[in-house]
Amino acid sequence: MRWEALREAGPGMSMAGQDARLEARPEGEGLRLVFHGRLEAGAAARLWPEATRRAARARPLILDLAGLTALDTAGAVLLLHLEHLAGEARWAGMPPGPLQAVLDRTRQALAAPPPEPPLPLPWLGLIGQATIERGQGMLAQVAFLGEALVAGLGTIRRPWRLRLSEMLRHLDEAGLRAFGLTLLLGFLIGLILAFQSSIPMRQFGAEVYIPNLVGISLLRELGPLMAAVVLAGRTGSAYAAELGTMVVNEEVDALRIMGIDPVAWLVLPRLLAAMLVMPVLALLMDLAGLLGMAAVMATLGFPPAGVIAQLQSWVQLKDLLGGLFKAAVFGLAIGLVGCRAGLGAGRGPRAVGDAATAAVVGGIVSIVLLDGIFAVLFFRLGL
Amino acid sequence: MEPVVRVENLAARFGGRTIFEHVSFEVRPGEVFIILGGSGSGKSTLLKHVIGLYEPAEGRIEVLGEDIDTLRGEARQALLRRIGVMWQSGALFGSLTLAENIEVPLEQHTALPAEARALVAQAKLGLVGLADAALRLPAEISGGMAKRAGIARAMALDPPILFLDEPSAGLDPITSAGLDALIRQLARELGTTFVVVTHELQSILAIGDRCIMLDKDAKGMIAEGDPRRLREESENPVVRAFFRREVLA
Repeated sequence: MRWEALREAGPGMSMAGQDARLEARPEGEGLRLVFHGRLEAGAAARLWPEATRRAARARPLILDLAGLTALDTAGAVLLLHLEHLAGEARWAGMPPGPLQAVLDRTRQALAAPPPEPPLPLPWLGLIGQATIERGQGMLAQVAFLGEALVAGLGTIRRPWRLRLSEMLRHLDEAGLRAFGLTLLLGFLIGLILAFQSSIPMRQFGAEVYIPNLVGISLLRELGPLMAAVVLAGRTGSAYAAELGTMVVNEEVDALRIMGIDPVAWLVLPRLLAAMLVMPVLALLMDLAGLLGMAAVMATLGFPPAGVIAQLQSWVQLKDLLGGLFKAAVFGLAIGLVGCRAGLGAGRGPRAVGDAATAAVVGGIVSIVLLDGIFAVLFFRLGL
Repeated sequence: MEPVVRVENLAARFGGRTIFEHVSFEVRPGEVFIILGGSGSGKSTLLKHVIGLYEPAEGRIEVLGEDIDTLRGEARQALLRRIGVMWQSGALFGSLTLAENIEVPLEQHTALPAEARALVAQAKLGLVGLADAALRLPAEISGGMAKRAGIARAMALDPPILFLDEPSAGLDPITSAGLDALIRQLARELGTTFVVVTHELQSILAIGDRCIMLDKDAKGMIAEGDPRRLREESENPVVRAFFRREVLA
């Protein structure tokens, strides 16, 4: 039978390996393993345990292939593995032609030993490696901040180099398109805060102070913080993915070779957009949150005029401005982390995903750290 | 002998735009069949029709005696297990090592134990000269190595027919010649059928038994036959220009 005809019968049948058979015959002190039929992937899988068990004990081993009608790489691998296990094997009855060619080709392909996997580091080494990597990451982040600063100063000297159209595009994507989500989240947060605080405060007859609590919490902390989380999730990851893809496609290398600073060209418009858009998002978050709080107050019997009067008596302009200033700094941090993650992306298909993850995680961690620093700073300054 | 691929009166249209039409040809068992043509002539589109990724606008395609477009479910899966495809970029799974990439079809379609799968993967990598790169990730290898690893993965199940999309594109002449030799060796020794999409002239002449040529302006086939004879005897100006590297008037 021609090899082609055998092959065309196809692995549909060979996968099952129903027509291959192994016969073991003692021969002197050794063993003769006789193979019959089509020794292809399915049959090799089925015969593997029995054949390897017998071959491991046989001295000498005779591999008799006279009954073979077909052989594929998996079958050849089984035969060569048996030869290796036995240490010493004799071959008998190999039909010449394609079957011999498959065996020879597989033997030749397996001749080069497989590469040794690298030795795993001891736990102390792992800790050291992780520490070095974290330290290098932080240094790179600081260096990137410096690069952005230099690029920003350069743009002040030559403002026509700033890509205004690109910045407007990012303002639209990071700002306008995030308005709906920001309003929804803000309204829900205000509503939940007011509702949850109304339960204990009602016990002391202090519901009237709910606007004070929610107002100050939102304006000073939650508004900027939640707006920053929205920006990190939507825009920080988008910056990283976009720039990461450009790195993978060698577009960033092309910019460098053209003598164009990628930080000034790609990063500055994004940084400025993130920094400018954040106070607007925080303000929207604040207003929507106050609206949500007002809705809960209305159900408790407090009219909107009373809520506004209460807010005016307690909440000061510095609370709002402090929150908006923090928001702008958060925007800058998220933009920096996102752009750095994108430009620092490796090569290959996982690089973009890794960069986006690093941008979101790094962005959220950095805004929480900055918020802590602001809390101490504002307290010291009496703000 | 029954052809392993039969294409009858095939047409490809996207959004009302005709890529090609009236394409008919047969691929015989054990031959290296080349689909050639200039950029944008629809070579890769034709390949994607033949392997069942695109549905024909008109016509019929048979692969290994089965109508690939009407097959569904397990019957389609069984047919797909009997063909191997090497993609232009290699299309290796980025999170897996080269050896693991080759083990994917073995793991999914056979009951081979892990030890056997690893050995088969090593054998396939050895066959394409990548034995020492088994533990590397696709991101850590060159484009040429990715192509060779793509061929190794396509051969994992020893399919009777292999489809290769631009196997030599972007490779250096030595690697390209090595790949051509491998294709010829597999076709000769195992009777594996190859359908190769390429416009690399040297490869076409080195490996091709027969070919068809597609043309963007004609929106279909303009030549069929032995590429060496086409080079010498074709009267078609596009075919002549292609084989002689001439500028079309």
